[in-house]
Amino acid sequence: MIKNEMKLIFPSNPENERLARISVSAFISELNPSIAEIAEIKTAVSEAVTNCIVHAYREKPGFITLTVKAANGKIHIRITDRGCGIDDVKRAMEPLWTSRPEEERAGLGFAVMESFTDRMTVKSAPGKGTTVTLIKNICC
Amino acid sequence: MSTITEPIIIEAENDRVEVFLSGDIDHKNAASLRNDIDYAIDRHKPKTLTLNFAKVEFMDSSGIGLIMGRYKKLSALGGRLIVSGTSGTIKRVMKIAGIEKLAEIK
Repeated sequence: MIKNEMKLIFPSNPENERLARISVSAFISELNPSIAEIAEIKTAVSEAVTNCIVHAYREKPGFITLTVKAANGKIHIRITDRGCGIDDVKRAMEPLWTSRPEEERAGLGFAVMESFTDRMTVKSAPGKGTTVTLIKNICC
Repeated sequence: MSTITEPIIIEAENDRVEVFLSGDIDHKNAASLRNDIDYAIDRHKPKTLTLNFAKVEFMDSSGIGLIMGRYKKLSALGGRLIVSGTSGTIKRVMKIAGIEKLAEIK
């Protein structure tokens, strides 16, 4: 597999949810993933970026950094914000738990990311932000 | 890409409303879809509301919030929710959410 990488830094505007998933989709298309794999990665990225906008920055201005690396049959995606952070990552990862119930959030972002990738890690500290790393094996 | 087509078409007949969704359903556009569907629910007070996803190209869990919210609103009015036209990744997102417990899947 080709070694390649991409880094995007963009404001936490809802318009950029689509930008992020389309950019990642374009990046990984060179690696010949299946249509299902593209859809899974797009969905996982959209969940992670939406979490930054809705939960980390609470819809206030901030920046999101997205890095994507492809090597050895794997895609590594890292989404970082400098927002409010998560005080209890374990609880945040529980399905249907959300910090924004009034916004009709389903509380399924992490469950979807976990389901659609092969590995997910979440590092966060209150007041310092959150980094979500997603790893997806691409069948060649 | 479906930026030119209408993101939502609502058909109402007697006590039934069917909502044809299209394009992308994410956090950015879920709010306007919610407003449009709720307007139709308030106006027609349907016994059955069908959300048709056949032309939806992308949906993340923002779409699940949209379905759950309409389920609550419709249930309070004694209505029934039907979800149709799902496939692929969208179907899997709905499975993760357990939508089949809230709505009839067609």
